[in-house]
Amino acid sequence: MASSYNAKEEDGQLSGAAGSGGVGAGKSKKPDNTAFKQQRLPAWQPILTAGTVLPAFFVIGLIFIPIGIGLFVTSNNIKEFEIDYTGIDPASPCYNCSQTLTWNSTKPCVCKVPFTLEQSFESDVFMYYGLSNFYQNHRRYVKSRDDSQLNGDASSLTSPSKECEPYRTSDNKPIAPCGAIANSLFNDTLTLYYINPNGTESLVPLQKKGIAWWTDKNVKFRNPGGNNFNLTAVFQGTSKPVNWRKPVYELDTDPENNGFINEDFIVWMRTAALPTFRKLYRLIEKKNNMIPTLQRGNYTLEITYNYPVRRFDGRKRMILSTISWMGGKNPFLGIAYITVGSVCFFLGVVLLIIHQKYGNRNNSAEIPN
Amino acid sequence: MSFFGLDCRRKKEKEEERHLRANDREFNLTFQYATNAIKTSKYNLFTFLPMNLFEQFQRIANAYFLFLLILQLIPEISSLSWFTTVVPLMLVLTATAAKDAIEDFNRHKSDSQVNNRQVKVLMDGQLKSEKWRNVQVGDIIKLENNQFVTADLLLLSSSEPLSLVYIETAELDGETNLKVKQSLTVSGDMGDDIEALAAFNGEVRCEPPNNRLDKFTGTLIFKEQKYSLDNDKILLRGCTLRNTEWCFGLVIFAGPETKLMQNCGKTTFKRTSIDRLMNVLVLWIFGFLALMCIILAIGNGIWEYQKGFYFQVFLPWPESVPNSAFSAFLTFWSYVIILNTVVPISLYVSVEIIRLGNSFYIDWDRKMYYPRSDTPAEARTTTLNEELGQIKYIFSDKTGTLTQNIMTFNMCSINGKSYGEVLDFAGQRMEITERTPKVDFSFNRLADPKFVFHDHSLVEAVKLEILEVHAFFRLLSLCHTVMPEEKKEGELLYQAQSPDEGALVTAARNFGFVFRSRTPESITVVEMGETKTYELLAILDFNNVRKRMSVIVRCPEGKLSLYCKGADTIIYERLHPACKTLKDVTTEHLDEFAGEGLRTLVLAYKDLEEGYFEDWRARHHTASTALEEREEKLDELYEEIEKNLQLLGATAIEDKLQDGVPQTIEQLAKADIKMWVLTGDKQETAVNIGYACNMLREEMNDVFIISANTAEDVREELRNARRKIKPETIEAEPIFEVKQPKNKSAVLPEDTVEGEYGLVINGHSLAYGLEKSMEVEFLRTACMCKTVICCRVTPLQKAQVVQLVKKYKKAITLAIGDGANDVSMIKAAHIGVGISGQEGMQAVLSSDFSFAQFRYLQRLLLVHGRWSYIRMCKFLNYFFYKNFTFTLVHFWYGFFCGFSAQTVYDEWYITLYNLVYTSLPVLGMSLFDQDVSDRWSLEYPKLYEPGQLNMYFSIGSFIKCLLHSIYSSLILFFIPYGAMYDTMRDDGKDLADYQSFALLAQTCLLIAVSIQLGLDTAYWTSVNQLFMWGSLAIYFAITLTMYSNGMYLIFTASFPFIGTARNSLNQPNVWLTILLTTILCVLPVVAYRFSRTELRPTINDKVRYKVSKSKHAPPPQATRARIRRTSSRRSGYAFSHAQGYGDLITSSRYLRKNMATFSPRSKTNAKQPGTVLKTYRAVKDTVVDKTL
Repeated sequence: MASSYNAKEEDGQLSGAAGSGGVGAGKSKKPDNTAFKQQRLPAWQPILTAGTVLPAFFVIGLIFIPIGIGLFVTSNNIKEFEIDYTGIDPASPCYNCSQTLTWNSTKPCVCKVPFTLEQSFESDVFMYYGLSNFYQNHRRYVKSRDDSQLNGDASSLTSPSKECEPYRTSDNKPIAPCGAIANSLFNDTLTLYYINPNGTESLVPLQKKGIAWWTDKNVKFRNPGGNNFNLTAVFQGTSKPVNWRKPVYELDTDPENNGFINEDFIVWMRTAALPTFRKLYRLIEKKNNMIPTLQRGNYTLEITYNYPVRRFDGRKRMILSTISWMGGKNPFLGIAYITVGSVCFFLGVVLLIIHQKYGNRNNSAEIPN
Repeated sequence: MSFFGLDCRRKKEKEEERHLRANDREFNLTFQYATNAIKTSKYNLFTFLPMNLFEQFQRIANAYFLFLLILQLIPEISSLSWFTTVVPLMLVLTATAAKDAIEDFNRHKSDSQVNNRQVKVLMDGQLKSEKWRNVQVGDIIKLENNQFVTADLLLLSSSEPLSLVYIETAELDGETNLKVKQSLTVSGDMGDDIEALAAFNGEVRCEPPNNRLDKFTGTLIFKEQKYSLDNDKILLRGCTLRNTEWCFGLVIFAGPETKLMQNCGKTTFKRTSIDRLMNVLVLWIFGFLALMCIILAIGNGIWEYQKGFYFQVFLPWPESVPNSAFSAFLTFWSYVIILNTVVPISLYVSVEIIRLGNSFYIDWDRKMYYPRSDTPAEARTTTLNEELGQIKYIFSDKTGTLTQNIMTFNMCSINGKSYGEVLDFAGQRMEITERTPKVDFSFNRLADPKFVFHDHSLVEAVKLEILEVHAFFRLLSLCHTVMPEEKKEGELLYQAQSPDEGALVTAARNFGFVFRSRTPESITVVEMGETKTYELLAILDFNNVRKRMSVIVRCPEGKLSLYCKGADTIIYERLHPACKTLKDVTTEHLDEFAGEGLRTLVLAYKDLEEGYFEDWRARHHTASTALEEREEKLDELYEEIEKNLQLLGATAIEDKLQDGVPQTIEQLAKADIKMWVLTGDKQETAVNIGYACNMLREEMNDVFIISANTAEDVREELRNARRKIKPETIEAEPIFEVKQPKNKSAVLPEDTVEGEYGLVINGHSLAYGLEKSMEVEFLRTACMCKTVICCRVTPLQKAQVVQLVKKYKKAITLAIGDGANDVSMIKAAHIGVGISGQEGMQAVLSSDFSFAQFRYLQRLLLVHGRWSYIRMCKFLNYFFYKNFTFTLVHFWYGFFCGFSAQTVYDEWYITLYNLVYTSLPVLGMSLFDQDVSDRWSLEYPKLYEPGQLNMYFSIGSFIKCLLHSIYSSLILFFIPYGAMYDTMRDDGKDLADYQSFALLAQTCLLIAVSIQLGLDTAYWTSVNQLFMWGSLAIYFAITLTMYSNGMYLIFTASFPFIGTARNSLNQPNVWLTILLTTILCVLPVVAYRFSRTELRPTINDKVRYKVSKSKHAPPPQATRARIRRTSSRRSGYAFSHAQGYGDLITSSRYLRKNMATFSPRSKTNAKQPGTVLKTYRAVKDTVVDKTL
């Protein structure tokens, strides 16, 4: 009898023991005790307290305001001169050109715009042309190019991408470079003359190389045919863009700056983000330390007026500018920094008051349970 | 199986009647009945791709992206390259397909496992082992003990006498007790005679396949005789053969046509409230998208008309575009493509991943693992997690869920002395723990080793042979209807029809009064080692009115005695006046017992005179054979003899609660979760448990008991209750009722109630309460009460109650239960939880979550639920934020690019933004975030409340998120715009070109949204850090790679951004711009959140503040002492059994079938019922023969 009781007890123990995971732990379904599975991963639990938030606001304010002032001053120190030569105003020297110009006119129209620099430009000066109301960022415009062709791909040269339509072929010959961007290449020629105090004009030397990105010039744009400098032969069988006066291989005489790797062309092909933009046209390098790059005085800008913008209310500008470590003149960033810094500081004060008035009350309050 | 797996869908003409012939495959094949192979899998190797894709594209999001893809293939419209859509779409499709494939593979595996089970089939006069899949309708198969029933069978013969078989139906209906099936005699006579069976050619005509488990009609035609067939002769697939060596059966329904498979049906697909909200929001978003596109399209029309037309010198319109209006039309579609990211495809995938992850946490939680049964918690549905954080109503079963359904003999009062408490030296009551020394019953070889008692004084009293103590236990050992079973010498098993009785008899057994065996006329008891046989003269059985039972026995010495036990109120009326003092003391004890929620019984006895008894007995005999008014006459007789009783004492039985139930309920109540108990039990028991687990309390203002018999009375009682709680709501009533019927989504307002009330309603009244005309009345009253207990309810009513609440309350419901009777409510509730207990697996199988103990519910809700909800809400808020911000920048850019549908970002960035750059950090947050740790979550259950109120993600927060996005996108566009306007690099070259601007804008965006994520993350694990910084690093790595020379030279057309990264990321003003945009995006958020916590801190803020101040986790919850109450309320009645068993024992009229369902919930019964039955069969063989 007693033995049978024991058997029973064992029975009970067995079920208990198996459950407690001691016996046959391999088979037990007990979940692993890992920090991950038990959601006990060590963690940093930051919360927004007055101790962290308020100092952060003040510190940000205190950092931003000086940065803003620095940016603003830097931007203000940049010398910039801008002149609109579109010729909308009948009094403008270019008025005639702008009125008569069509794409088909063969005779170049030249106009001269005089201007005066009130200050001399001491360091390197960059000459830009600026266009307004010109939608280089229009989706169909941006797409309308063939990068393979511009990269010197032979097959793309002869059969450009469909994206280039309607500037893909003309006279049954593939256009090189194809597409609307290339077709609308800015083709005004700007020349700058300094009017010496004695009244004579002296040409300001403009450098046309080194205005494009290195990667564009050396990687993205390549002439077809590799090192074959006989571009005329390379571009044989292609047609010039409809609006161009001369084929692509006649853009410049310098073989390093001709064809697809012509820097004016490259700069143009880098489409602008916004409908008002400026593009680097020429460099005016500082000669020596004694003479400013551009002296104060009178200048004449001579424009070979080829580029029509009047139809769509476009504007053309010529800009002379120096630069700083933060690029061209742009007061926005400086003002923004000063504003944000001030707002930040102000918010810090407001929050401090809130904290003083209400914060302690809440933190000491009991939590209902 | 056909090649395309479509056979399952082929509609056969509806079967009118099933006709089959045994052992005649050819004949049966003409009907094309399904074979026994089952197929739950959806695909095979060849159909997988087309079918899966077809299914996936039925989802609106996928279809939408397919539509986008088609739009993108139209060159006039295409604003983005095809890959921006294809790559994410492919990834999503592949991920889903992989998941489906794995699931289907598992189904294939389980199918083939089931289909390849072996069974013996009678073929060509021989028994052959066959796979299940090859069994066909009309086959005769042989089943052996403990085998699963292969198909729906007509039972032919079995090893047992009278061709009985015992089956367990746990898998079918969840009941663990055995059921008896019996074959027709004509087939049963064949026994295991193979030849006879092989020659058997009976024809069966029966009902077509259906899903009714409890019904079968058919006829068997054999040897030109017709026999009718009913459910008693059918073995259903899914059952298990028990205690039967073998049986033969004829396959009637096979495979998918079996009742089990027909019942499997489609499981109702549950969606969470956030899902539903998301669907609404997606529609809103579509509207928003359309609005943006229309604005931009109109803009485009105007622009093309005013400027584009003239700009044609440089950019002619395509031939297909004749005018600006048509251009606007095309632009509309182009913008649909570009702005599609407001409806992110990856949202759905991420949501699934997050839910899956949070489900795994539930599976992995050791604190929800129950070692005793080796059961971890299981999230069976992985798509409902966040709803666990929003539960407002819990509907709970009682037996097996709140209680263990184990009764323990805890205390007793004998002759004015109370036993059962353990006192310390100072005479103070001590808490009984695991370590409290137990009473040693080794003096008694027949004692039940599982019985535990702590008070040694009672044993001493027994050993001292105190008369009353002996009488007390003698009564317990004699006055009952328990069946003993002694398979081995000394190994006693009691089969009690209620666990209370079992506990009492077991107590007597351990204290030396061992009830050993009984016949209809006698009871054998081993009293302190001495075997005595009492002559059982009468059992005055229990019924609901009497609330007591008595036995009349003759001692071996010849003395006649009546032993009676019953409810205190009843017994007290029948006591001898001399017991007055003892009665007072006992009453005190009873109050004490009741105060602890114990079930009490009062015991009394009386010695009878021989002469009187003979007379009584004669009258009893006439009465019991009377044809008219037998019941009344018997009652009178009983009443007469149960008089002038001598009080012996009282017993107190604990209906053992599951561990931690009161604490859990208290916690949940603190979290403002309402708990309703729906039980099939009696009102008394239910109320008792209500008190025991602290749902009903003495201090409650009132506990209403609704138990009326007519609709009007029920309404009146409900109204009375409400009048008492809140009179003003009665007047407001009619308005609501008029309004209600038309408006389907009517939501009952939440009434604020002063004070605490309880409501107890019985099933009968509930039936009226659930009627259309009264449901609102009922619900309104019920919702004003803190606690609602519905007793005596049917499974259907359980579901109806849940549905009622779902219908009128905008609240999330959870149903928890363990038995088959809870299945309907588990399925009806938003979330069903199954207790994986002993009552079969039915509840678990239909549940969404399952675990072993009720107390895990608090962890499931307060920890996992809350976290899941917070994580999901954070995820959604952030996800919408980041995508809106991303998309809206395009919108602003539209105004500066002639509304030409030009994108701001690089196409590759658009492709990878959701998939690579921002997916992991947000996933990391949604998988790891915790506002406070689990300990704190449990410490402050109030933290749960925001979830119930939908505070973290709602239309309001969505709009907030939209406004935030608009602000951020304005910053993210206009700050770079201002900074880049007419500016240059520090070497004078281009910086304001499209590509540099795109790079700047996308970098600003990515950094800003990453910082925003950092702000949202409350719990920074190393994984979060890794994901966050890793994603940023990957962004720069990928960007630099894609913008590199090599990539450009290889794929010239695809990567035109060459050099952009190098040329602009080395510019100080680019970085200054990035810093500025980031700060501007983040600052207002920080300021807003900080001032909110300062001005109106939420509970969450307060707890987090407290956590940050305190170094340690809160102390683990003290296992609180059992709540003691002083109570005048007493459990009115402790029996939970039904009447009629006394008759059964004495009248020798019962069938084995009755015995099989004798005690559905008794554990001992579940273990070895067959043998018990067999024992009884031996005793009562003659009886059975007679009745059959």
